[in-house]
Amino acid sequence: MIPDELIDRVRSILNSHHHQAGALLPVLHDVQAEFNYVPSEAVSEIANTLKLSRAEVHGVLTYYHHFRQTPPGKHVVRVCRAEACQAQGGDALVAHAERRLAQSSLTLEPVYCLGLCAIGPSIQIDEINLHAQVTPGKFDALIADLEGTP
Amino acid sequence: MSYSVYIPCDAAALALGADRVAEAVAAEAKARDVAVQIIRNGSRGMFWVEPMVEVLVANHRVAYGPVQPADVPSLFEADFLVGGPHALCLGRPEDIPYLAKQSRVSLRRVGVVDPRSFEDYLSNGGGKGLARARLMTPEQIIGEVIYSGLRGRGGAAFPTGVKWRTVFETEAERKYIICNADEGDSGSFSDRMLMEGDPFCLLEGMAIAGLAVGAKSGYVYVRSEYPHSIAALQSAVAVAGEWLGGFDVEIRKAAGAYVCGEETALLESIEGKRGIVRAKPPLPAISGLFGKPTVINNVITLASIPDILAYGADSYHEFGVGRSRGTLPFQLAGNIRYGGLVEVPFGLTLRELLYDFGGGARSGRPLRAVQVGGPLGAYLAEGQFDTVLGYEEFAGIGAALGHGGIVAFDDTVDMARQARYSMAFCAHESCGKCTPCRIGSTRGVEVIDRIMAGQVEKIPLLRQLCETMTHGSLCAMGGMTSYPVLSALDSFPEDFGSLVDSGNGLV
Repeated sequence: MIPDELIDRVRSILNSHHHQAGALLPVLHDVQAEFNYVPSEAVSEIANTLKLSRAEVHGVLTYYHHFRQTPPGKHVVRVCRAEACQAQGGDALVAHAERRLAQSSLTLEPVYCLGLCAIGPSIQIDEINLHAQVTPGKFDALIADLEGTP
Repeated sequence: MSYSVYIPCDAAALALGADRVAEAVAAEAKARDVAVQIIRNGSRGMFWVEPMVEVLVANHRVAYGPVQPADVPSLFEADFLVGGPHALCLGRPEDIPYLAKQSRVSLRRVGVVDPRSFEDYLSNGGGKGLARARLMTPEQIIGEVIYSGLRGRGGAAFPTGVKWRTVFETEAERKYIICNADEGDSGSFSDRMLMEGDPFCLLEGMAIAGLAVGAKSGYVYVRSEYPHSIAALQSAVAVAGEWLGGFDVEIRKAAGAYVCGEETALLESIEGKRGIVRAKPPLPAISGLFGKPTVINNVITLASIPDILAYGADSYHEFGVGRSRGTLPFQLAGNIRYGGLVEVPFGLTLRELLYDFGGGARSGRPLRAVQVGGPLGAYLAEGQFDTVLGYEEFAGIGAALGHGGIVAFDDTVDMARQARYSMAFCAHESCGKCTPCRIGSTRGVEVIDRIMAGQVEKIPLLRQLCETMTHGSLCAMGGMTSYPVLSALDSFPEDFGSLVDSGNGLV
């Protein structure tokens, strides 16, 4: 993407939050929704418009686990690491997922609770798709679908 | 005529395939040339039978579950649209013992209504609380809430009406109502179920709080891990905005920081900053969001308000035990056979929840440890299962009810590993403002690693570290991490390689 186009899209997002108090998190969410990550070029533009220092924007961007500064893989797979999933075999699923996705075009991330605590272990794909009672076999089938290979 | 079929849109039902079931029902109905109306309700909270499909027969519902897409043709063959018999038939949902034994108050409409239909909300008792509150003075509303005995359901259990009174009495040109929907505790999902299954109820509770304290706007701060809750709330705000009578609600998406469930970190986050804990005082009720007096209440707290106003404080106060009045939606999670949402009055024992409702461990093995109240809650052993579920009763055994999340572990659990996880989670999620939490949690992981490697003489050091974190941390993150760590050590010393724990004295 040419830098001018990126800046234009960031400016348009900033405009849509013009009247919002404490707009930084909503802006970062929209930027990440647009680009799948928050490009470094966006940081100065956000800082200027919201009258913050670049350090302040950078501080917020890096504080929250949800935001990422580099593009993720084709899909983002989040595996729950929290206690309720641990009680249902979550640690074994995490170990399996790490092995399975070691050489993959997908991004593996931890997540601490999806609110599916009675039907674990649970995973979340691209924020919106949820899967419960995920065994290693079920995990492999889901991943194969995502990777587009049998 | 068209048949009404209810298929939940709750995230847990979706994770178990509810969308595919809805597609299969629609396709099968089309193939058979039968007119069906598919209504996406919330979940009743019995996850072992989700996706649970309900049909409307005359004036009652008949439930089937757990339904998978492959079951759909046989359901049609069995005339399930008129309640026909089938292996998956569960009868009337409200007659299922798990539900029949509950007292659903805060979540009375969840699983019953269409969360996107405002008409459905109103025709199922919604709106009465706000209508009555509009005829009352702020003092009367606050008096009603105080008398109901409602305490904060997020975990701190502070009397809600007292908090409201402080905000009411603080003069300011602007005040705010904030709903804390940052339900980060593992084992908790009642907030999520309410937001996805009955979002108007939360908005009504916020509008009543606004009338009580003189606030014209509010925020719902929802975790980013709950996209379905966010969508349900946004849809509810779009539909019911005007009905709220000039009370504006903005849905704020959080960004994955557990500590933002702490109320002052949450305020910083809404203001667009890093979610760093503020020192108290000042209380948020006096100087909160943007320095203005602010009510911060949990989802279930606010969702309990419409009923209290509609039916009077007595109706709520008559439930419960001691100073724990009303009901608490407990959440049975982890390794448990019948996991789900159990809203009951305070006063049952933990054992009744775990066995009478939960049916013991799903693995069929004995339950060994139960963590109550999230990652900052104590691990309880078999000998403590007869504790009565009440705030004071749990404080009496060095534990906390918290948000009512209950995570069960069978006898394969390694409690030293769980204690290590608690410290590691604190290190991962610490906001970094205070030293005991920021540094103590990292040192805590190291000390537990040494103990697990056989250096049992480090146990007193771990205890001292926990004591420093408890008394020196600014908020519950560092202050309560000692609950799971020390309870694991006290109740399960054999897992730490030491059958004889030396207590606080040096070995």
